[in-house]
Amino acid sequence: MRARLVLLGPGLSYLAVLLLLPLALLIGYTVFRRGRFGGIAYEDGTTGENFARITDPLYTGVLTDSLRIAAVTTLLALLLGYPAAYAISRLPGRWRTVALVLVVLPFWTNFLIRTYAWIVLLSSRGVVNSALTGIGVIDRPLKLLYTEPAVVLGLLYAYLPLMVLPLYSAIERVDPRLLEASADLGARPARTFWSVTLPHTLPGVLTGCVFVFVPSLGNFVVPELLGGGHTVMVGNLIRDQFLTARDWPFGSVLALALMAFLVLLLMAQAWAGRRLGGR
Amino acid sequence: MRRVTLLPLWLTYAFLYTPVVVLVVMSFNRSDSPYEWSGFSTAWYATLARDDEVLRGLANTLIVAAGATALSTVLGTLLAVGLARHAGRSRLLPALSVLPAVLPDIVLAIGLLAFYSLVSATLGLHSVLLAHTVFGLAFVTAVVRTRIAHVDPSLEEASRDLGAGEVTTFLRITLPTLAPGIVAGALLTFTLSLDEFVIAFFTAGPKDPTLPIVIYSMIRFGVTPEINALATLLLAVSFTVVIAAQRVSRLTEAL
Repeated sequence: MRARLVLLGPGLSYLAVLLLLPLALLIGYTVFRRGRFGGIAYEDGTTGENFARITDPLYTGVLTDSLRIAAVTTLLALLLGYPAAYAISRLPGRWRTVALVLVVLPFWTNFLIRTYAWIVLLSSRGVVNSALTGIGVIDRPLKLLYTEPAVVLGLLYAYLPLMVLPLYSAIERVDPRLLEASADLGARPARTFWSVTLPHTLPGVLTGCVFVFVPSLGNFVVPELLGGGHTVMVGNLIRDQFLTARDWPFGSVLALALMAFLVLLLMAQAWAGRRLGGR
Repeated sequence: MRRVTLLPLWLTYAFLYTPVVVLVVMSFNRSDSPYEWSGFSTAWYATLARDDEVLRGLANTLIVAAGATALSTVLGTLLAVGLARHAGRSRLLPALSVLPAVLPDIVLAIGLLAFYSLVSATLGLHSVLLAHTVFGLAFVTAVVRTRIAHVDPSLEEASRDLGAGEVTTFLRITLPTLAPGIVAGALLTFTLSLDEFVIAFFTAGPKDPTLPIVIYSMIRFGVTPEINALATLLLAVSFTVVIAAQRVSRLTEAL
């Protein structure tokens, strides 16, 4: 009994105070009014206004933009990541580790630096525009930075390794005898891929998509630095409500909306995973 | 045939490494524009070495990362062992222990800001340290739990059968067998904390920015080649750490 207390006590108390209590606070804040200088005006009583405000087209627009940007990023990561993961799985054994480390390596460098690199590449006097004008493809610099595609590119760059890793481990686990059987039965490589490899790796596809979609959806740094204020995602709204607008109740509602999307997504993933596992 | 299947991998590497290479090359640029090349120079490294704000940010980051790693490693190891032995078939407690790792960082960040404001805590390095421990604890617990799943429980039983007490068994048997997991979890926490921006941005005091916060304001308020130099150094450090960690984990696995 004492061992149990010593082992579980410290960690669980820590999480209770610095994780559960903060989350409970955010949930509680949603029904109160904002304080005049930030914080909460408890004396003004409760209200449903904060939830009503989220239906304002201004905010639903930001939410759908965020979902679209995160979805496009995820799709591109899948289209680029699947063939790459597949190629790694076809490498000779000792090269596979090297190839995987090379995919993950940029992920371990500072996130802001990785985002900043795209400013250097994409800005009007940046590397890409200089190269293009230099070889005479264009006369005037293209507007690449501070656009929605730049935001998608930055998110894709930041989270691509999170797509490749689960895909690789799923592709690696496909029983090679299944592929041989398919080939022996006369299927061309493309047919084998669509009928055998892809269905067997769908759980990995789901995991990879969740790994990319979740951090993309809540990101506010990439839209700010590469979107330049033109592309606003839900993370930017939450940040502004807490730090500039000082409307904590509404910020909490937005954070809960973000969480609700993610919970739905994880439930869908678990459901799809069970369906796939049952086949 | 071979060549065709490898093409996407080369494309991926080109995508992943072009920005890195550009930053490194541009850091040796003489010009004070971060974009246009005008000759080789190491002047920006000298500028960087004299930049007090960057140096202070670096010191702050190291303090936070070291503290958060130490705290997370102790709490996380105890929690992992506790979950393995005493959580029974509860799914709630393991789920709680990974929650900080799956929660969007901005939600954890504003939650902690709300908490600190509720208890009227002043913000400083300590508030970032405590905040980073929330996710560090989750990662250490997860990594150590994986290790526990691969360790033979009969070692601990043998120790107790031979008359060793709970504490002796824990120190002499449990900890050494879990060491590779504990080291991996600590390294992971340290690296994540060094790099962490969002939570630090919300929970750091205005006088104690960590290095990522300093980098963020450098990028926002004017792009100078000094950032390229800083980026190159950070790239060099994290590449070295990742490769060293690979070596260390292989070494400890072998032991």
